[in-house]
Amino acid sequence: MAGKEPGGRPLSPHLGVYKWAPSMAVSIFHRITGDGLAIVGALMFLWWLGAIAAGPDAYAAFVACVWHDPAGGTFHMVTNILGKVVLIGLTWALFQHLFSGLRHLVLDTGAGYELKTNRRWSIAVFVGAILATAATWLTIFAGTING
Amino acid sequence: MGNGTRLGRVRGLGPSHHGTGHWLQQRFTALGNLLLVTWFVVSLLRLPLTDHGAVTRWASNPTVALGLILMVASVFWHLRLGLQVMIEDYVHGEATRLLSLVILNFYAIGGAAYGIFAIIRIALAPAALGPGGM
Repeated sequence: MAGKEPGGRPLSPHLGVYKWAPSMAVSIFHRITGDGLAIVGALMFLWWLGAIAAGPDAYAAFVACVWHDPAGGTFHMVTNILGKVVLIGLTWALFQHLFSGLRHLVLDTGAGYELKTNRRWSIAVFVGAILATAATWLTIFAGTING
Repeated sequence: MGNGTRLGRVRGLGPSHHGTGHWLQQRFTALGNLLLVTWFVVSLLRLPLTDHGAVTRWASNPTVALGLILMVASVFWHLRLGLQVMIEDYVHGEATRLLSLVILNFYAIGGAAYGIFAIIRIALAPAALGPGGM
């Protein structure tokens, strides 16, 4: 770590000597999840809307590609798995970005910069996003099996 | 850029050459997204999503269609601002950056227009009249 060299004077912060901290991780993940949602999430949403507007057949084709194809087939088996991976990823990205965004709105008021508080809420964002994603998908899969 | 006060000498020197308006709009649209996307996700979880008829009946309700249009406006405005920050931070060189911003605007405005038009098509489709409407 910088500044711990014997008799050394404090050094300017630099990427190479930074110790990775939760607050830094939550910051870069805010950007990554935001950009992911902006591109993958928005395109999936538009694809879904377009399929609804195009009518029952187009919507059935969309569902067969992304979620489940009653007719089966290897290609759709692969795209169904990919579709679920993308949807679970988008759910996690949404919760991560949402909770991280709420943290930012609090930080914008000037609160929460104390080292321990900042660390605690940064960790809470990660834990909350994973728990919320797990809860959402357990509910969906439970509904799919029962329904 | 001014040359009088200290503030005047640094104003506009950030990577985007502007700032406060962008910063505030990112927050305003974040609040819009918070309300509208929460409503949207809860609605999706309650809908039988593989049933085209049920999804269409839900989306063609005037209040729902209005909510969806507002959500598209808020989300695409927010994502335009967010992707703009990424471009300004990571894309270097005047020409590439300008081209990236042009593509970003095409994507954000085009995407929002496509989304809003799809919602209107769903809401005004003859099938939306219910049984016997088609």
